[in-house]
Amino acid sequence: MQQTLLEAVHDALELEMARDTRIVVFGEDVGKKGGVFLATHGLQERFGNTRVFNTPLAESSIVGCAIGMALGGLIPVAEIQFADFIHPAFNQIVSEAARMRYRSNGTFGVPMVIRTPYGGGVHGGLHHSQSIEVFYAHVPGLKVVVPRDSYTAKGLLASAIRDPDPVIFLEPKKIYRAKDPFIYKEVCKDAYTLPLGNAEVIQEGADVTVIAYGAMLFECWKATQTLAKEISIEIIDLQTLRPLDATTVLQSVQKTGRALVVHEDNMFCGYGAEIAAEISEDPDTFTSLAAPIVRLAAPEVPAAPYSKALEEAFMPNAEKIVRAIKELAYWK
Amino acid sequence: MSEKDADLLTRLERIFRISLGARRLDERLWVLVRAGKGPFIISGQGHEVPQGIITSFLQPTDWLVPYYRSTCAVLTKGMTPTDVMLHFFARAGDPSSGGRQMPSHFGDAEKRIVSGSSVIATQLLHAVGIAHARTLLGAQEIVVVFFGDGATSEGDFHEALNWAGIHKLPVVFVCENNGYAISVTQREQMAIRNIANRARGYGIYGVSLDGTDVEGIAHEAQKACKRAREGEGPTLIEVRVPRLAAHSSDDDQRKYRSDHELSKEALRDPLAALERFLRVRGIVNDATEAALEQEIASGLLAAEQEAEQSPTPDPATIGENVYLKEGSDAANAS
Repeated sequence: MQQTLLEAVHDALELEMARDTRIVVFGEDVGKKGGVFLATHGLQERFGNTRVFNTPLAESSIVGCAIGMALGGLIPVAEIQFADFIHPAFNQIVSEAARMRYRSNGTFGVPMVIRTPYGGGVHGGLHHSQSIEVFYAHVPGLKVVVPRDSYTAKGLLASAIRDPDPVIFLEPKKIYRAKDPFIYKEVCKDAYTLPLGNAEVIQEGADVTVIAYGAMLFECWKATQTLAKEISIEIIDLQTLRPLDATTVLQSVQKTGRALVVHEDNMFCGYGAEIAAEISEDPDTFTSLAAPIVRLAAPEVPAAPYSKALEEAFMPNAEKIVRAIKELAYWK
Repeated sequence: MSEKDADLLTRLERIFRISLGARRLDERLWVLVRAGKGPFIISGQGHEVPQGIITSFLQPTDWLVPYYRSTCAVLTKGMTPTDVMLHFFARAGDPSSGGRQMPSHFGDAEKRIVSGSSVIATQLLHAVGIAHARTLLGAQEIVVVFFGDGATSEGDFHEALNWAGIHKLPVVFVCENNGYAISVTQREQMAIRNIANRARGYGIYGVSLDGTDVEGIAHEAQKACKRAREGEGPTLIEVRVPRLAAHSSDDDQRKYRSDHELSKEALRDPLAALERFLRVRGIVNDATEAALEQEIASGLLAAEQEAEQSPTPDPATIGENVYLKEGSDAANAS
């Protein structure tokens, strides 16, 4: 059956909860309402209000209690309603969850997932549009995962829930309900997993490598359709931002000699900087470069502005990606 | 409700032994810091007896969530002076962290002592989450979490009491109020005198006690643990204690506390109060105390020597335990 990304998230939660009674789901409005995006729709009815429950409007306690629950033998899957509101929990995530295994020399672990919708293009303004991935991708001890479509959402979320370490699972909300075939994929109704830590070449090509994650892949794919007759483009979905599968990126860039990284986070210290560094530091890849690495990102403003005109100026899109690919392909 | 007198005396005698041991251990660590054998120590002097009494009501399957002044609590829950010394010397065999954490950051998975950080009040939410999990899993276990008065200014304190109140979780929150967050006085931290009053705002029971009231502490701790065990919800116990030493070995409290205040502080040492309590009842006398001091001193010396001579962590292990190795056990008690 074909599913939206949101339906796939919902089904992954439901199937995992049915498989393992230690899994609990909680957050603001996840109970009877089923979440503001309906990702947990019907779960409380099916699994009861001890396994699916509303929490106080207090993000630090959502994550802090999740850490305790994980220490106490449950597998918590906490929802932060919007990634923009995760910041009060930064301390619990970074100082506590990420360090627990290391600081206890491996005697305590925190198997938990924090799911949160993130990203712009939804008229959400500065506080409902943020890209927060690099705050957490920077931190050893955490895993950071971003799906691009319904198929990867379901498999990656199942893997995140079964992972023994804390995973930040970022859901690109702009494409939650998208019905384009690139996102609205055929999804097996049974549970399945996709490995964390693997990037995927989603389109093979010879001239340029485009590296992205989340909602930007759809834009990248549209751009390559526009340029299909002109430039042969390889697209890589990173899928997991920590740990990074650098090998897949390096192999591709060695082949094409040209690399474009696209993200809707701003550029400075963004994830593209890490990709550029990985490419530059690897002698075989560096020497195979035929052009400087290009990053396409949001401008250096605090977050996505609300006005449609301003938001469009903020977001990378297929049109901007086409221009960046052309510039890169014809650089000499 | 209360213990029989004989049981109470047995308990308090045991806590006196552990508390005196904790005091001598703490004093020895200061000496070792001054001798350059380690860079840092956080002191629990003045806090030992309430910690010991309250922790003594925990079963081995119950959970202790300590903070950095919890030396006596972790000793009462089963850690040894050798464990504390291995931690101080940051040796490979340090059960708290394998030499990864600063001294006084205790943890021991087997003894259900949860690893803590230096960040204030984060552990309260962990205690609440553990209690939530154990209750859902049907275990009859309780959680005791310790923290200072400064921690009650943090949002996590309020969020923890709120969550525990909503779900009536089996948590005993213990605030060791020594009147200071490093150098910041209670008056500068809050507009109230009695921290236990904060419990009411979260629909939970709160009680404020003096650290020298050893019978009162035992009575309230027993009551709080019983309430937790019987599903009647959390309790906030505030114990007012002196901070006899500076905040840490990097602090000099004479800079912000007068000689007069410090000499008055020494008069309300719960350890001295417990000793008087046991002497009056004939449980402790000069002879028993001399023998106990000797036993503690020789035990400490052995612990120190063993720890100091044990190997430091292998630098090659620096990258281990960031993530669980594939195929190994998740290692969480459940």
